[in-house]
Amino acid sequence: MRHLTLAAAIATAMLTAATGGAAAQSTLRVGLAEDPDILDPTLGRTYVGRIVFASICDKLFDIDADLNIVPQLALEHETSEDGKTLTIRLRPDVKFHDGEPMDAEAVKYSLDRHREMDGSFRRAELTAVESVEVVDDLTVQLNLSAPFAPLIASLTDRSGMMVSPKAAEELGDQFGNQPVCAGPYRFVERVQQDHITVERFEEYWDAENVHIDRIVYRPIEDSSVRLANLQSGDLDLIERALATDISAIRESGNLELAIVTELGYQGMTLNVGNGAAAENPLGQDARVRQALNLSLDREAINQVVFNGEFFPGNQWVSPQNQWYQESHPIPERDVERARELLEEAGVQTPVVVDFMVPNNPETRQVAEVIQAMASEAGFDMQIRVVEFATGLSEAEAGRFQAFMLAWSGRPDPDGNIYSFASTGGPLNYGRYSTETADAALNEARTATTFEDRKAAYAKFADEWLTEGSVLYLYHRAMLIAHTDRLEGYEQRPDGLVRVVGVTLE
Amino acid sequence: MFTLIGRRLVQLVPTLFLVSVLIFSLQHLLPGDPALVMAGEEATPEVVEQIRKRYNLDKPLPVQYVHWIGGVLQGDLGESMRLRLPVGQLILQKLPVTLQLAFMAMAIALLIGIPAGVISAVKRGTATDHAVNVFALAGISTPNFWLGIMLILLFAVKLGWLPASGYVSPFVDVQRSLATTILPAIVLGTAIAGVIMRHMRSAMLQALDSDYVRTARAKGLHERTVVWKHAVRNAITPVITLGALEFGTLLSGAVLTEQIFSIPGFGKLIVDAVFNRDYAVVQGVVLITAATYILMNLLADLGYILANPRLRT
Repeated sequence: MRHLTLAAAIATAMLTAATGGAAAQSTLRVGLAEDPDILDPTLGRTYVGRIVFASICDKLFDIDADLNIVPQLALEHETSEDGKTLTIRLRPDVKFHDGEPMDAEAVKYSLDRHREMDGSFRRAELTAVESVEVVDDLTVQLNLSAPFAPLIASLTDRSGMMVSPKAAEELGDQFGNQPVCAGPYRFVERVQQDHITVERFEEYWDAENVHIDRIVYRPIEDSSVRLANLQSGDLDLIERALATDISAIRESGNLELAIVTELGYQGMTLNVGNGAAAENPLGQDARVRQALNLSLDREAINQVVFNGEFFPGNQWVSPQNQWYQESHPIPERDVERARELLEEAGVQTPVVVDFMVPNNPETRQVAEVIQAMASEAGFDMQIRVVEFATGLSEAEAGRFQAFMLAWSGRPDPDGNIYSFASTGGPLNYGRYSTETADAALNEARTATTFEDRKAAYAKFADEWLTEGSVLYLYHRAMLIAHTDRLEGYEQRPDGLVRVVGVTLE
Repeated sequence: MFTLIGRRLVQLVPTLFLVSVLIFSLQHLLPGDPALVMAGEEATPEVVEQIRKRYNLDKPLPVQYVHWIGGVLQGDLGESMRLRLPVGQLILQKLPVTLQLAFMAMAIALLIGIPAGVISAVKRGTATDHAVNVFALAGISTPNFWLGIMLILLFAVKLGWLPASGYVSPFVDVQRSLATTILPAIVLGTAIAGVIMRHMRSAMLQALDSDYVRTARAKGLHERTVVWKHAVRNAITPVITLGALEFGTLLSGAVLTEQIFSIPGFGKLIVDAVFNRDYAVVQGVVLITAATYILMNLLADLGYILANPRLRT
């Protein structure tokens, strides 16, 4: 028996050596910060899932390095004069991974699936779409109930991902365990919490620019272990490296770092109208909220917690973004003025604030820095650390006065603000609600030119940034570290890993 | 002996029933709404409502329990909310991984722990005894996550001998499978080795002082026979219990160690499930773990009988 086992082991080893030698295939090994959820564009809801989608599911549109919308599966689009129809011309001769044609019928099928499937997470983004019509083989027309400027931007994300109608019909809500899309790579296998493997799709429409044969995604939660894997050569690229590891990466000699400002933000949501906890000076008096705002030194937070590698901010988009309202620059810290404001408001100091903070080391540190700064102005920020799931329920139920909240961000500004500031918005935990803010936000949705939209946001900003229920703090640097054997890698602002045009030596 | 096995198997039923009620109710005491977690950034009221409906979260707790336990009795452990996969399938995927790691860790623990315990008892009070004790204490008190990261930095990053993390099944590639599991097995094994050594030592000291050992020595038996044949055989009983319990713990997933080495076993499965409030997965894993724990105890009892003929009645 012992001999048999030994023989088997030797045989296996030889077999591995043989196959290893024959396959001069290039494999890109990517380290993810979490295990993705289900890989169905209609049902997916995590940021990390989008990183995997970037290789398997092409979208109608994409964003470029400057956040401009560029065609991907679409060739061009046109919005009617009244803003209520969107006509999309499709790229010809595109195939899904199962060989089915990616044509107007398939686009209609995919969009209808996003809009109507039970449990779809895409419905809200496509709510303005009333119907989808097939004009001809390569043209679809989206009929809208009202003009909706953020729609095209939604089509650069999961709402714009097209799935093979045949596969989707066959697999139903199990589609995400065997996704069939029209991206440069096709899904091969997945072992939960271990790896996801995809391989080059020979019939991809831009196949000549796809140079890497396989990609293996491996979730490794611990960021130091993720980095150790990159250093040891077990991985070729990792996403979301820690700001505190930047110097180690730079000094390593064979690693490169791509840094972009995230599309999202980190901020503090204040409870102004969600239940009994809002009945206090901070929730009821805008001057007290301004005082808290002025007590903060955002650059100091950045220096202390993030070695100065992040980007201070005070709006729902970063200062580098074209939608940033320049008339509201990042406020300087002014403790004197903050104290005056508290005096004007006639509140007793210290103002006690129940400060709910999700349990992760960086967020906790930020909260402690805020606590120290705010105390000088007359606030007693009582930090209450909660685990993430608990935090969400507490926020929804209004059991907080301040809540540290992160938002992963969307290419269109609407995705960063509407749900948080409009009446009844699902992420409006502070329950801020004014007619003027709602009107301005809706105007920014229906206006069709950049100038008109930005003007609508300017009106909104005048109110929101002085009286609103979110204090924005900073924008994270999305840190993607990779081996220097990877050439032509370009990082776009959404932080996703795109591999078309990239080579691995 | 068969009556013993039969009796234990019958005891399994009420115990598992109690366990199932406990996991179910404790889990629902946790704050946090699974539907909100599931919906995450896309939490429109409509979406949240749909999730509640799909997973019966809108029904009263007893009804939810009956739903779940009814499925379990028919071999259906439910569906993972996060991954939309049957829980049974997830468990079958992870169990071999955890088993392999547990066996390797246990082998390391026993190979180090038992001889070390015996040697330090025989050489009581000498420098060898102290050295072994220091080693055991170090093994017990070194935090797993720290030792894990240190081993990765040394063997993967610095020396480049072993992969930093990940897992390969032995059915795919035996060599790589050993390479990926040896470090986590060492981390887990050395910690348990310390505990086993301490128990082995005290049991041995007792045995070496007993009458039958004195008699054996008086008969003029070789010291090696006295120690290994007479003393160890009696001293090993408590160590078997301990080993079985430790093995049960290993099976429930070595959470931190699996996390650090990215081993896709039970520990990682359950941690992800708890944080995502993926109820069905947590319940399924805990239930299976409880059952294995009870079975391990049964095996320990059988182990006594094999080691100690006096119990064979």
